[in-house]
Formats: sequence, C-alpha cells, structure tokens
Amino acid sequence: MAELTYREAVAEGIAQEMERDETVVFLGEDIAKAGGVFKATVGLYDKFGPDRVRDTPISEQAILGAAMGAAMTGLKPIAEIMFSDFLAVCWDIVANQIAKIRYMTNGQVSMPLVIRTANGGGARFGAQHSQSVENWSMMIPGLKVVAPSTPADVKGLLAAAIRDPDPVMFFEQKSLYSSKGDVPEGEHIEEIGVAKVVREGSDVTIIALAAMVPRALDAADRLYSEAGISAGVVDLRSLVPLDTKTIFEQVEKTSRLVTVEENPRLCGWGAEISSIVAEERFWDLDMPIIRITTPHIPLPSADELEDMALPSVERIFETVRQGVD
Amino acid sequence: MAKRTTKRRISKSTKPKKQAARKSKIQLNDDIGEKTRLRMWQLQLEIRHVEQRAHDLFFQNLIKGTSHLAIGQEAIASACAAVMRPDDYTFCTYRGHAHTLVRGASMEGVLGELMGRECGLLGGKGGSMHLTDVEKGAMGSYAIIGAHLPIAAGAAWKAQYLKTGQISFCFFGDGTTNIGAFHEALNFSVVWKLPVVFVCENNLYMEYTPISDVTAVEHPAADRAGAYGLESIIVDGNDADLVYRVARDAADKARAGDGPSLIEAKTYRHSGHSRADPATYRPEGELEKWLERDPLKIYRKRLIDFGVKESKVVAIEKAVLEAVDDATEFAKNSSTPSKDVLMTEVWADGGASWRN
Repeated sequence: MAELTYREAVAEGIAQEMERDETVVFLGEDIAKAGGVFKATVGLYDKFGPDRVRDTPISEQAILGAAMGAAMTGLKPIAEIMFSDFLAVCWDIVANQIAKIRYMTNGQVSMPLVIRTANGGGARFGAQHSQSVENWSMMIPGLKVVAPSTPADVKGLLAAAIRDPDPVMFFEQKSLYSSKGDVPEGEHIEEIGVAKVVREGSDVTIIALAAMVPRALDAADRLYSEAGISAGVVDLRSLVPLDTKTIFEQVEKTSRLVTVEENPRLCGWGAEISSIVAEERFWDLDMPIIRITTPHIPLPSADELEDMALPSVERIFETVRQGVD
Repeated sequence: MAKRTTKRRISKSTKPKKQAARKSKIQLNDDIGEKTRLRMWQLQLEIRHVEQRAHDLFFQNLIKGTSHLAIGQEAIASACAAVMRPDDYTFCTYRGHAHTLVRGASMEGVLGELMGRECGLLGGKGGSMHLTDVEKGAMGSYAIIGAHLPIAAGAAWKAQYLKTGQISFCFFGDGTTNIGAFHEALNFSVVWKLPVVFVCENNLYMEYTPISDVTAVEHPAADRAGAYGLESIIVDGNDADLVYRVARDAADKARAGDGPSLIEAKTYRHSGHSRADPATYRPEGELEKWLERDPLKIYRKRLIDFGVKESKVVAIEKAVLEAVDDATEFAKNSSTPSKDVLMTEVWADGGASWRN
C-alpha cells in the first residue's frame, strides 16, 4: 500500500493502463504539458510522450468526437472534459453519438472510451463550474457511469473503465482531489458495477456517492455516538451498472433507506433507487425512504451559501436521526 | 500555423471537340482512365436507381419514417469512392445512402434497412439516417448536423497514431458549415495534421432555406477554409472527373502526412430535403436548369465522347437496374426483425442490462 491523494491516483490509474496497452491514448485541454488544471495528470506527458498524451484546443465537441472516432477504429482513448459542466457543450457527442452507435449499428461499432471529468461543488466556483451532473449521464441508455470516493477506487475503477469495451463516464469529485488514502501498489483493478458496504449498520442504510461518502461516514459516526443509531453506509461507486443486489441486501437488513446526493433534487439517482426499492422491496421497509439532496437551485458561490446548499454532515445526521426516531 | 491561403476553382468540364477516335482513346486513358471511369459510371447509376427505388417504395408505404435522397448529387460520392483505398473510412450524414452504397454495402442491405427488414444493414435498428457497413469502411451516417466531422477526425487520428496509411473521408452539406462542430473539427484537424478529407456537398439549400440567406460568405465551405490555413477549393460537383481529381489530390496530401483538406463541391438535389418536402421554395426554372447538368447525363455523354461504345454504357445501366430489382425483391421477402433483437447490442456483451 502507498498513501496517495485522489488526484495522484488519477495519474497512476492512467499510467498503469498506458504501460500495458499501446492503444490507450489520452487527450484534453491542458492535460499534457501543464499536467491538468487540477494537476491530476502530472507526469503522463513526460512518461508517454506527445503522440499518446495530447493537448487540444478548447473544443469539447472535437475532443469527444475525436475520441469516438479513434475508439470505433481501434484505439482506447481517455478524453478529459475539464469541468463536468462543460459536458453541456458537447452533449450531442455523448448522448446522441457515443451512447447510441453500438445499438444503432446493431453491434457493428464498439466504443471503448473513457470520459473523465471533474465534477461537483465545494470549491466556491459558482453555478457553471460546480454541478454534479452524473444523473445527466445516468438517464442515457448506453453509458456506464462511475464516480469513485477514494484514491484506491480512483485507480482501480479508472483502470477498469479504460479496459471496459463500453463508454464510461468517469466523474472525479473535485472536492476530493486533495483527499488521501491507501492505494494498492502494482497493478490494481476494481470491478465496475459493484457497490461497497463501507460501514456496516443495523438500523438504517445510507447510500452515498463520491464526495457524499465521507460525509455519510462522518454522519454515521455521530449517529452512533450521539443518538445510538447504527447506520450502515454504502458507497455506490457506479450508477450504471447499478448494484441493486447490494442495495436490497442492506435494505433487508436495516429496513430503512436514506440516499445522499450532491445533485439538485429532481431526477437525481436517489429517485431511481427509491423507485426501485419501493417497487421491489416495499414490504421490507419500516420507514419512508428519505432523499437528502442539494435543493433544486443552481449552486451559489459564497462559502456560507454553497455550504448550506450541499448536503452537510450535520444535515445528514439530523435528517437520519429524525427519520429513524 | 500561418499558411498561405490559396484558391482553386475547378469548374470547366473537359469539352472534347469532334475528333478522331484516336484522340478519344487518349482522353479516355488519361490520368483517370477507362476502368475508373466505368466504375464511376456504375456507382453513379447504383446511387440513382437505388434512390429512385427508395422513393418509389416510400409511396408504396414500404418505407416508413423519413429518407433524404441524393438524386442529382451522385458524382461526388462516386468519384470520392473511386479515390479511396478499401480500408479508408467514410463518414456521412443522414443523406448517406449514396456514400454507404459506393463503399460496397449491398443494395439489399440498404433497401432492407430502409424497409425495416431483418436483412437490413443494421437489422432494422438504425434506419435510413444511420446506414453503416463497418467491414466496407462505411463508418456510419450521422443524423445530427456536424457531429461526424470530429468523429472522422478521430478515425484519422487512429490512422496517424498507428501509421496505417488510411485516411478518412467526411461528407456533409452546406448547412453544416454554420454549426460549431464544423469549425472545431477543421481547426483540430489542421492543428493535429490529421489525414482527413472534408467534402462539403453544397446543394444550395440548408433543408428548406437557401444557404445564401443564412451564411455570411458566398461559398459556405471554401470561404471558411482560409481561416484554418487551408486551400480554398471549389469544384463542379456534378462532374465526376473533376471531383475525382480534387479528391485524389486531397487524398494524396492526407496520405503523405500533410494534413486535411476541405473541398466544396457545388451540386443540386433534384428532390426536396426529405420525403416530407415538395421543395416548393425553389424558384421556377431552377430545377430544370440543374436537370440539364444532371451528373449522369454529363457522364454518359463524356463516356461516349471519349469513345466508349454506347452498348457498353447501356449494358452497365441495365445490369444495375437488374441488381436493384433483385435487391428490392430480396428485401421485400426478408422477415421483419425478430423480437429478440430489441434488447441486444446496447453493450459490448451483447445485452442491455443496466442492473444486477
């Protein structure tokens, strides 16, 4: 094990796969010589050279279009969209092209590519550089959607995403870039589509994703020490494929379910999980399902306002405590 | 990337005077040659008659949805196909029956797809606007304007990276020159020096509106070329020989590692934008004027002027018509898609599952 930051794990995951497979290439804005605006890709240009790690103009449609054309003809591109908010300017390529081409061509075309993007709030960047947009991807058939919460998962799931024969939207939560954690040394790969029970509990299950996982864990600690509530926490890790098996196991065990989402309220992933659990595990529930989300507003920039908007440890703690009571 | 911007205008047809058979033979076997010319004749006929058949099948209610015909624009797709290597890539638009056919996709596959049959190129999952035949290098028909320009650049990037010598041809209409992806793809391809040939088929109308009403410059593609350090090239898109020569130059340049080209081929669609469009917006007499410049009419005359026996010219057309008839029958007799395919091929594992 080595202690790495979340951002260092990004470069490690990419390097691991570029070393083992010549067809893995990487493109994006400022990702090569500058090492990325979040410094998550430092060293890759020096290690793999300008043919494999390429800077692009500010042209998101060109970036993803080129990645798609390369993927369908034999390469395994990793494309970076600097902020996930910018997916809106190239959404045609994501939603209409990359996601659909295998189905439309009845399997003639494969799309082994990864779109990495810095997602989420907490950095006081305001409404156009802070959104959590993983649910945009979740609603498009044909896209896999991954959002890791730890450096180990960044490395392992990014490696898995690169090897995956289907397009993977890989959301790196920017408020986690400086967080640290143990990462296995040598080759490390995780399985996409498997949620992880990161804390066992018997009274209530809290399902969280990315930056909401450490907050849910802190809230669970407080629930136990301050209210005697045993809360389990599930790190969902991937929205598509969705690990309903693990969710059902936890619901059966605790009979209470809370989801914690960073995205604004409407059509967040928690709504889909609530719907599935309500349809298929209703009789296991002892309490209405609770969704904790950012309110349905654009994110503000001032410290106090953004902190109020995003689900906090305090809000998770209070909401779960009142719900379980 | 400061490059000298140059202009090329290729619009004068070779006009052979009445001359001796020997001269004709020399013309026939010039830099293009008889074999290539006969191939381009055949390809143009294949497009014409398959498109005509698609039109007829539509009115028999055997083709649903929509379809965008390339009748009148056959020379461009045919000449470019004649330039391509078998392993080169074609990317085209929803008006892409022509570009897919000329790469060697089967007529029954094309007509079957339009008719929603099992024998269709895409098994009935794509339809008229998404014809694809990857084995033949026809890498897809894209129905959102502009999207396939960067995608074609990406396929060219693969060829550049793996040094395969392949190139991408990317076809689109005049309307595409006003969308952002066009400009992003051109700049990107020039900066990365990608082996891609962009071919704008300027048929004078973006859907229902004259392109000149909505474009800041007279030549929608060629006048933008200079902004990306590219040569401004306009060619008569109704003359297959002229298109062949500019496409060949562009392909040679791309294969030599000298980067992309942008060709504007002026042409005209004889029908409306799509099945739903009777094209009443066209000024009186415009269609008639262009029918005089029908690419098949021009080419038929060219071949005969160059000394190809009329019987040979006619025999090729007859064989094409027979092939279209056979393909039509085959497609009509093909089953509709089995219900089993609805939930297949979302993912590489062949399935559509999003949960466990």
